[in-house]
Amino acid sequence: MQAKIILKVAVKSIMKSRMRSLLTALGIIIGVAAVVVMVAVGDGAQLQVENQIASLGSNLIIITPGTSTTGGVRGGAGSFNRFTFDDVDKIKNECLLINGVSPLVRSGGQIIGGIGNWFTQVQGVSPDYLEIRAWDLQSGEFFSDRDVMARSKVCVLGSEVVKNLFPNDDPIGQQIRIRNVPFKVIGVLKEKGQTAVGTSNDDVILAPSKTVLDRLSGGRFISSIQVSAVSADKIPEAIVELKSIMRESHKLSPGEEDDFTIRDQADLSEAATETSRILTILLASVAGVSLIVGGIGIMNIMLVSVTERTREIGIRLSVGARASDILIQFLTEAIVLSLSGGAIGVLLSFFIAYLLNNYTSQSAFIKPEVIMIAFGFAGAIGVFFGFYPARKAAALNPIDALRYE
Amino acid sequence: MSNTIIKTENLTKTYKVGEIEVPALKDVNIEIKKGEFVAIMGASGSGKSTLMNLLGCLDLPTSGNYFLDGRNTSNMSKNEYADIRNQKIGFVFQGFNLLPRTTALENTELPLMYDRMNKNNDHRKKALEALERVGLADRVHHIPSQLSGGQQQRVAIARSLVNEPAIILADEPTGNLDSKTSVEVFNIFQNLNEEGITIIMVTHERDFASFAKRIIEMRDGKVIKDLVINNRLNAAEEMKRINVEYEIED
Ligand SMILES: Nc1ncnc2c1ncn2[C@@H]1O[C@H](COP(=O)(O)OP(=O)(O)OP(=O)(O)O)[C@@H](O)[C@H]1O
Ligand SMILES: [Mg+2]
Repeated sequence: MQAKIILKVAVKSIMKSRMRSLLTALGIIIGVAAVVVMVAVGDGAQLQVENQIASLGSNLIIITPGTSTTGGVRGGAGSFNRFTFDDVDKIKNECLLINGVSPLVRSGGQIIGGIGNWFTQVQGVSPDYLEIRAWDLQSGEFFSDRDVMARSKVCVLGSEVVKNLFPNDDPIGQQIRIRNVPFKVIGVLKEKGQTAVGTSNDDVILAPSKTVLDRLSGGRFISSIQVSAVSADKIPEAIVELKSIMRESHKLSPGEEDDFTIRDQADLSEAATETSRILTILLASVAGVSLIVGGIGIMNIMLVSVTERTREIGIRLSVGARASDILIQFLTEAIVLSLSGGAIGVLLSFFIAYLLNNYTSQSAFIKPEVIMIAFGFAGAIGVFFGFYPARKAAALNPIDALRYE
Repeated sequence: MSNTIIKTENLTKTYKVGEIEVPALKDVNIEIKKGEFVAIMGASGSGKSTLMNLLGCLDLPTSGNYFLDGRNTSNMSKNEYADIRNQKIGFVFQGFNLLPRTTALENTELPLMYDRMNKNNDHRKKALEALERVGLADRVHHIPSQLSGGQQQRVAIARSLVNEPAIILADEPTGNLDSKTSVEVFNIFQNLNEEGITIIMVTHERDFASFAKRIIEMRDGKVIKDLVINNRLNAAEEMKRINVEYEIED
């Protein structure tokens, strides 16, 4: 038989048993769509994390108190020196490979102002901070070194805070109270979107570090020092430099361990990607299960239709079809069915990914190789279970195939 | 001897059902010449269908030989068997065995699809001719469920003759049909036989057997009688007679 006739017969046969074909294809459609979407969600989350880390500023270096190896467990609370503004000044004055340095003093609490009140975090930083984090101002201005020195009660609001306190008015020039301390709003940050862990980079208030430490933190201390290296490839050298400056500043003798930890973006992203990789693996296993379930569905339909198909094979054999004719026909049918089911499944997954990306906070990212794998897998299941019963039937005597029940 | 088309030598078939052996055919020796019209008769279970399936190369004998056109079929491959079913033999079943949800035309075309000799390229034209010969030219696009039993059997006959076989084997072709429709079917067989096709059919009714030229009677898997029919019936005349009877009844 010619290829054209074989294909025509296969398509006709599929169209003749619409219900059976549809149910078979449905298994493949669901299997493929499930796998592609699940993995896309995992990959999307991973991408989100990567973007988030990249958005930290690619040259970011973070110095935190405590040793990295012990994580503070061995040392305990009093065993390391707290960071001081002297440390920050030393870095600023002595380190050649950095663009900017800022302490980070964490605080937070009830904010009153505008139309009501809001609970959020307050970060005490220096003017360099904006550049270190690669953040932009929406309007107004950022505070200066003089504001830090003078412990001015000025602040810059994240867009989420503006939305909640000043939905209608321009907040600039307005007065707000942070834990009852009055602050003047001098600027508003551009909207940045979510962080990897789901918290918002926009739900934040920035204020001069010394103001926060004195007025709000009350006995707290500098929780980290944020530095941006001059360029990404200078990060390792910058870290070496920072290390010696910090050791000197903390007066550590040569044999002593560091009482601080320096991490760059690579370290941060490693930890974060590890988390999202676990998520991807989890989702992929769920998807794998659904592919198997889809495969079982295909198998069931195929087994149910075996009686009918065996009679059909008997009829074809009785009018002179060779076993090979039957096998080619069924194989073609199974391939046509799997390919079209797989294609619909891929389209469906694109549609679901579109919905996720546009109507939920979940992002889905479809990688081409995932499509190929899902397609191939579901197709193989379809072909195997479509072909296997046919092979068995084609090996029968025609009369046995006709009598099969 | 040269015009012998079918010859069996001690043809034996024993079915195995679990541990039990069921002898269905025991040492059957028959010889049929080209152009014959043979009716096979016998009680239920006497082995008629078993014999037909072996003659039609739909099944293999347990022992014995079957010569078709002088060639011994016992040492043929499965593919040669398939080609014989395609080229030499047309088979008509009691239960029609048409493909469901498939038009009369496509059902009739089926053997041509597997024709490796490629005698004819225009499948459609060939199938239409065959359907015309069985008087179904006006039903070619109907699917089996839209056809009466007699019409379905005529599609099956059209399918059996579409590839111009030398032999048509029919196992109780009218077993599911009423007597008037049956006579119409026998009329078709008689016409085909006139055109030179060898016909072997199984029937339960002695009246219908009289449409053939020869009767082979079986019992317990053996041939017990083999005789020529003297006062043969003509199906065309029978049809006229039946039609007159119907008119009188009206
Ligand atoms: N597939 C089979 N497996 C086991 N035994 C079978 C099989 N086919 C037929 N037989 C047995 O072989 C014997 C002959 O059967 P066969 O079908 O040839 O009879 P028959 O003459 O055609 O009967 P009927 O007039 O009822 O159609 C019977 O005893 C039957 O039970
Ligand atoms: Mg029978």
